[in-house]
Amino acid sequence: MTHIRSRREALRLLFLISPSLFWLIVFFFVPLLLVFAISFGERGTYGGVRWVLNLENYRRFFDPLYLRIFGRTLYIAAATTIICLLVGYPLAYFIATRPPRWRNAFLLLLMIPFWTNFLVRTYAWLLILRDKGLINTFWTGSLHMGLLQLSRLLPLPIWEPLLRATANPLTLFGTDGAIIIGLVYGWLPDMVLPCYAAIERFDFSLVEAAQDLYANRRQSFLRVILPMTMSGVVAGSVLVFIPSLGAYVTPDLLGGAKSIMIGNVIYSQFMAARDYPFGSAVSFVLMAVMLAGTLIYFRTGRE
Amino acid sequence: MRSNKRQAGKVQKRRRGRWLNRLLSLHGVLGYIFLYAPIVILVIFSFNASRFVSDWRGFTLQWYTRLFGNQAIGAALRNSLIVAGASTLISTVFGTMVALAMERYRFRGKMAFDALLYLPIIIPDISMAVMLLLFFVLAHWNLGLITIIISHVAFNISFVAVVVRARLAYFDISLEEAAQDLYANEWQTFRRVTLPLIMPGILGGALLAFTLSIDDFVITFFTAGPGSTTLPLRIYSMVKLGVTPEINALSSMMLLASMGLVFLSLMLQKGGKGGMDIV
Amino acid sequence: MSTYAIQLKDASKHFGSVIAVDRVSLSIHDGEFFSLLGPSGCGKTTTLRLIAGFELPTQGDIYICGELQGETPPYRRPVNTVFQNYALFPHMTIFQNVAFGLEMQKVARAEIRQRVSEVLEMVRLPGMGGRKPSQLSGGQQQRVALARALVNRPRVLLLDEPLGALDLKLRKAMQLELKELQRRVGITFVYVTHDQEEALTMSDRIAVMQHGRVLQVGTPEQIYEQPASRFVADFIGETNFLEGQVKGRRGSEVAVVVDGVLTLHVPAERAVGMEDEVTVAIRPEKISLHAEPPDAQAVPGVVEEVIYTGTDTRYLIRLTGQTIVTVRQQNVAVGSSACFAPGTRLYLRWQPESARLLMA
Repeated sequence: MTHIRSRREALRLLFLISPSLFWLIVFFFVPLLLVFAISFGERGTYGGVRWVLNLENYRRFFDPLYLRIFGRTLYIAAATTIICLLVGYPLAYFIATRPPRWRNAFLLLLMIPFWTNFLVRTYAWLLILRDKGLINTFWTGSLHMGLLQLSRLLPLPIWEPLLRATANPLTLFGTDGAIIIGLVYGWLPDMVLPCYAAIERFDFSLVEAAQDLYANRRQSFLRVILPMTMSGVVAGSVLVFIPSLGAYVTPDLLGGAKSIMIGNVIYSQFMAARDYPFGSAVSFVLMAVMLAGTLIYFRTGRE
Repeated sequence: MRSNKRQAGKVQKRRRGRWLNRLLSLHGVLGYIFLYAPIVILVIFSFNASRFVSDWRGFTLQWYTRLFGNQAIGAALRNSLIVAGASTLISTVFGTMVALAMERYRFRGKMAFDALLYLPIIIPDISMAVMLLLFFVLAHWNLGLITIIISHVAFNISFVAVVVRARLAYFDISLEEAAQDLYANEWQTFRRVTLPLIMPGILGGALLAFTLSIDDFVITFFTAGPGSTTLPLRIYSMVKLGVTPEINALSSMMLLASMGLVFLSLMLQKGGKGGMDIV
Repeated sequence: MSTYAIQLKDASKHFGSVIAVDRVSLSIHDGEFFSLLGPSGCGKTTTLRLIAGFELPTQGDIYICGELQGETPPYRRPVNTVFQNYALFPHMTIFQNVAFGLEMQKVARAEIRQRVSEVLEMVRLPGMGGRKPSQLSGGQQQRVALARALVNRPRVLLLDEPLGALDLKLRKAMQLELKELQRRVGITFVYVTHDQEEALTMSDRIAVMQHGRVLQVGTPEQIYEQPASRFVADFIGETNFLEGQVKGRRGSEVAVVVDGVLTLHVPAERAVGMEDEVTVAIRPEKISLHAEPPDAQAVPGVVEEVIYTGTDTRYLIRLTGQTIVTVRQQNVAVGSSACFAPGTRLYLRWQPESARLLMA
């Protein structure tokens, strides 16, 4: 790396960074400050913003209504992260322990959903989970009919509750569970890839060394493999948790009107209620939480 | 006797190992089924003759023919390509330049600039969307393709910079010294040595920018105006109106396109490897 | 003033608070094979980079062929470099690599083709032009790096540990080849190495460096036979150091008493005072062993250990309570290795001029 010594080098540096610097300041940093400023303002009578300085918007965020939504958002993001980890780590381990030629094929298969439009991927789950979706078509259709026929062949009391259960569709759409499934589906590759990178780098002769030193499989996993691939676990968790926290599309499409997250609150403040100051405040809290999380990640990552 | 017992124990342990391996393979297979089942279902039902998506009534291509006749979708596709093309071009040039600056120079305020560069990656879509909307509204800019492109460049610069910096980080600086030692000036060194060697990184960054731009829904949704509907916006409004096999057909086409992009990126990586052998 | 290929006048290079090169002055003759020798971190590579122009001196001046360089960028200096890791352009063929410098100098195409094939011939890689660097072995890559520099016919060739990545046998072969090549093309070579044997084998003159400073400049023989300091004596070859005090003077010799019991007579090239703490350095192969005292100068000792190493036998011999010296005897006759068994009392003898008096 070069320290800037001559005028020539200073000019070159300026040439290289000024377009991006300009763009990021005007179209990122200024808007960021704007949101921050507006979050202390007040909603005007016809939408718009009245520039006063108060903390009312932040106080309002602590209303039980919004706190509950924020709590649900945290819960959904945490559940998504944990499920992604439980599914993703073994999957990454599976890929990393295949022969190299197969490994690339498996990675390629992982990349295809990863590069597919998020909206399309969420829509696919809508097809499966909604009331007239694939699962419920089977549940109230083929399964119900089948049970009906069975009950005619063998009239036993056990059919009664089963028939009653399959008469109506399952409530899948519009639940927290549906959102979690959608988010897990959306972000699973983000968990698998860093875990894979860590496991692939891992030197498996260390396991042999551990087993040579009388560690059994469980011990060598917990004491050797897991600690040495922790960087991948942490990176993957951050990559899943942070976007899950700010999710908008998934709760909007799969959560219906009943299950909403903080992203939907921001959306409705801007697009429906036209309360820019409150929307800005909520958005700022979300950003702050996420930045804090990222900072903690970098702190722990350095150790 | 005892050694026999120990032998038996070992065999049992080995069996358990094999059993664990099978469980891992089973998990792998199930994992991939989880990843692909929804996509496969989506594609299958795009050929469904019934208007109702989950009710199979035989094979048809009518949704695809209808799709190609749909002018609104054509216009959305055109908008998407304009936005993705323009924002990719701008952000790739700017992002590469800033990556070179960040990897090669030390200067005052670098830490702060580094943070500013990473922020658009970390900040959630919805927050960034809101920020930009407020900015454009208060600046009295008409929302449209231009505002979408500006917004996409604002997040894509950072992604391109990260990818190119990763490539530059393990660039052997003595190659540039060798070029200068062989009478190449700074510009010739960049053109003949640095640029060709980091090209896979730049193309990778461009591909990522293109994908992010063409896939983006939230930020586009907030910064779009009348007449600047992109493909994801179109799909979203169609889904909101109701699930139809036409959306399935459109989604399947997009799936095909993203598979093409994956193979493209794979080829770039292969091309990059040839150049990295020595490093 | 005679023409020097390279001159450094009080050149220093600081990296922050680290002084990599400390007031180095060197004059390298035209057509000379000059080595910069020292342990890693001694500043030899930085010195080379100062000459090449990759670094600019914090203080001092650098002249190439009599011209002051100042802030001249590398691409305007009449020197070429062979890099430690070769730095071959991985995206270019061998031909393109070698032609690069000529192309940058706007040499005509036909001439480029001719000069490249000539130089590839010279480094014994004819017909390899179409390959990529990654398809060559380490030794072949090394030759391409050499060809890529030599094709420009530089006034001075700078080589930064060019053989460091090769295995021992190949390195020995390349050492001779390089030396032969240098004689043939008559270009000044400035050669950086940490391998003292390599420097001794190839160089016309050597500069030994430590902590950014040049400790001694001289021919290989001067450096080996008359080391100016304890570091030089220790770094190059093997040396016995006997520490003692000056107790007397007899003509050009001084008497040094080691451990209070053993008196050695050593020629004094420098002024030493009575009672000064000094070190006497003697190379192990300069000492001969005798069963009976050959003359009054001989020193008695007891064999502690005998180590057979093929060409030589090494004896560790205790002179006094604390002092043990190493003696090396060539195994001239078959079966002579066990000449002196451990525990044998014997006498050591050396030519007075073989012992060097160094300041402690």
